[in-house]
Amino acid sequence: MNALQLCLAFSSLLFAVGLAGALARSNAIIVLLGLELMLNAANINFIAFWRFSPSSAPATGVIFVLFSIAVAAAEAAVGMALVIAIYRHQKTIRLPDATDLKG
Amino acid sequence: MNPASHLWVIPALPLLAAALGALTPRGGRRLAAGAAIAAMAGALIASCFALHAALAAPAAHLTCNFEWFRLGGGAVRLGWLLDPLNGLMCVMVSLVSLLIFIFSLGYMDEDENFTRFFCFLALFAAAMLGVVVSNSLLLLFVSWELVGLSSYLLIGFWFHKPSAAAAAKKAFIVTRIGDLGFFIGLVWLYDSTGSLLLYDGGRGILEAHALAGLAAPALAGGLAASTAIGLLIFCGAAGKSGQFPLHVWLPDAMEGPTPVSALIHAATMVAAGVFLMARVFPLMAADQALASAPLHALTVVAGIGAVTALMGAAIAVAQDDLKKVLAFSTVSQLGYMMLAVGVGSWVAAIFHLLTHAFFKALLFLGAGSVIHATHHEQDIRRLGGLGGRMRVTFATFAVGMMALAGVPFVFSGFWSKESILHAAMEWEVSRLPLWAGLAGVVLTAYYMTRLTFEVFAGRPRSHAAEQARESPAVITVPLLVLAAGAILLGFLGTPAWPWLQSQLTGAAVPSGPLIESPVLTAVSVILVALGLGAGWYLYGRRPRSDAGAADPVAAAFPAVFAFLAARMKLDELYALTVGRLSSALSWLADFLDRRVWDGAIRLLARLGELAGLMNGEADRDGLNAGFDAVSEGFRRAGRAYSRAQSGDAQGYLRALAVGFVVLVVLVLMGCSR
Repeated sequence: MNALQLCLAFSSLLFAVGLAGALARSNAIIVLLGLELMLNAANINFIAFWRFSPSSAPATGVIFVLFSIAVAAAEAAVGMALVIAIYRHQKTIRLPDATDLKG
Repeated sequence: MNPASHLWVIPALPLLAAALGALTPRGGRRLAAGAAIAAMAGALIASCFALHAALAAPAAHLTCNFEWFRLGGGAVRLGWLLDPLNGLMCVMVSLVSLLIFIFSLGYMDEDENFTRFFCFLALFAAAMLGVVVSNSLLLLFVSWELVGLSSYLLIGFWFHKPSAAAAAKKAFIVTRIGDLGFFIGLVWLYDSTGSLLLYDGGRGILEAHALAGLAAPALAGGLAASTAIGLLIFCGAAGKSGQFPLHVWLPDAMEGPTPVSALIHAATMVAAGVFLMARVFPLMAADQALASAPLHALTVVAGIGAVTALMGAAIAVAQDDLKKVLAFSTVSQLGYMMLAVGVGSWVAAIFHLLTHAFFKALLFLGAGSVIHATHHEQDIRRLGGLGGRMRVTFATFAVGMMALAGVPFVFSGFWSKESILHAAMEWEVSRLPLWAGLAGVVLTAYYMTRLTFEVFAGRPRSHAAEQARESPAVITVPLLVLAAGAILLGFLGTPAWPWLQSQLTGAAVPSGPLIESPVLTAVSVILVALGLGAGWYLYGRRPRSDAGAADPVAAAFPAVFAFLAARMKLDELYALTVGRLSSALSWLADFLDRRVWDGAIRLLARLGELAGLMNGEADRDGLNAGFDAVSEGFRRAGRAYSRAQSGDAQGYLRALAVGFVVLVVLVLMGCSR
């Protein structure tokens, strides 16, 4: 296994851990943590493909990742705000209980 | 350098102070009053410079014209004008205003809306100065209306009193009637000359070329256009200057605070009409050359002035309110000024305007000092005995009273009144204005004597009068300055040294003997003595003992006195004629609106309703069935899909993950094939 494959394996693992956390846990904050892990797995892929590609254009991967982190931060802020709003409303942050938006 | 190009500074200073006052919160009393007084002092200094520049070339009309905007082919131009007439007016207006502003510091001290008061005062002064310095009738009209607005605001300053609110409304509406005529006159003038500039290097409306065109007998009956335009402009002047029959607002305007009465309804604003007449005098007099014309504009002016002078004086005889007496005396004196313009001597009118401004402001401020000291007691029957308690007020009031009455030789009112009577005597058309003027002289002396004795002589006839103390210096100092003016100003225009006349006409007037026509002067001096004597005999010899005692004249001629006290029933007459007519018209309009037009509209509405009803039937039974079936289908489909929306966020995520895995498997299978 070369370095790129190792990186990809690591990021897949990370993604799987994140997905498992997001699907299996009922606490909204843990679900958000899982989402963050999945995002970071994608970020590692960006870096790895940029680093090991034959004709690496200057810093494209890094810039992509910076964007992605900024978007993730914004999304986390919104997510946390939603969690707090839900908590104020229902006095719980268990996701299975937050089904007000069902059709 | 043209001094007229800086003339805008004079109205701009108080305007700025007014803007500052408007932005100052209610607590900023010092700021608002200080700004107004400083601006007025600045305007006074600027006016003095302007007067100095104007006197250097009295015959030249220095102008500074500029384009306001361009509409179609023509441009609307405005401008500033500087000559001795408005130089003198500027100095007078700003000096009297300054003194009254200072007086107001003391008089309005306890009023909670002190800041607003000074804002309005400054706005008024700006508007009045704007009237004076403009070289365009349009700009003059704009300032004129601003004067009307600030007058409305100041009369209604105590708007929580219903009488003050009504008086403000009355003043506004009555002067608007006159202003409508003024405006029509302006439109007509613009239509026939293409300009509203007074002086414009040969093209202005007061210059020979335009006047020659206007004075031609163009209308039916051989009337000149200038006659009609002049009379329309006179409508505006009559409204603003309280001439019969539009004088009814002026006495009611005394509902405003006393400094306002002094400033607006005695000294300056009401003089604006007379000033306007003097300003456009060449236009007013243009038809004089037209011997065949059935009517000359100035004849009407003289007639109205004579009627007003006599009527105002007669009504003043029977008023019991301190300020109402002064108000009617203002009406009467403005009548004198109009009379002077009408008989062709606008110079005498301006002379009287200047002296009157000083002594009438003095009288009003003296009345204000009395009212301030007696906690708003204005009924002269309940005053009395104030001469010993308020010595400065009494002395200055007496100066003003003698100036107004025309006590000979020392007081300014004598000289200006003499010049008016002299001009009336030399008028060839009719002697009636002279008789009216002479009758007014005796009445003026009489009612002023009555007023002075009632207020200052005898013993106090109410608790408020007993408690009266002399007012503070902020009130008495302006009185002293005005009293000095009321005496000294007369010497600017005596026949022996006609400085004022020479400067105003721009040509040297030869100095004559001190008494131009001894017979006339003797008669008027005798009449003044008669009036003073009658006043003393009836009111001074045995002063009124208590507030309830009957007036000696009312006891002798109850019907006449009651008729005069009710202001010759003119308000009632207007209510019966104009008021009734307007009520009838509005009733008719209401009837038409309610019954006729409303009925037609209701009929239309019924028809529409019927059509709608039929349409609705067709809709319900025909179209609806089809739409209902389709909608039911949509509803069912929606219900089926909404089952997938469980609201469980993790369920969605799970579906997403499964979908993703399926996608990956498909892609991998595609690759391996």
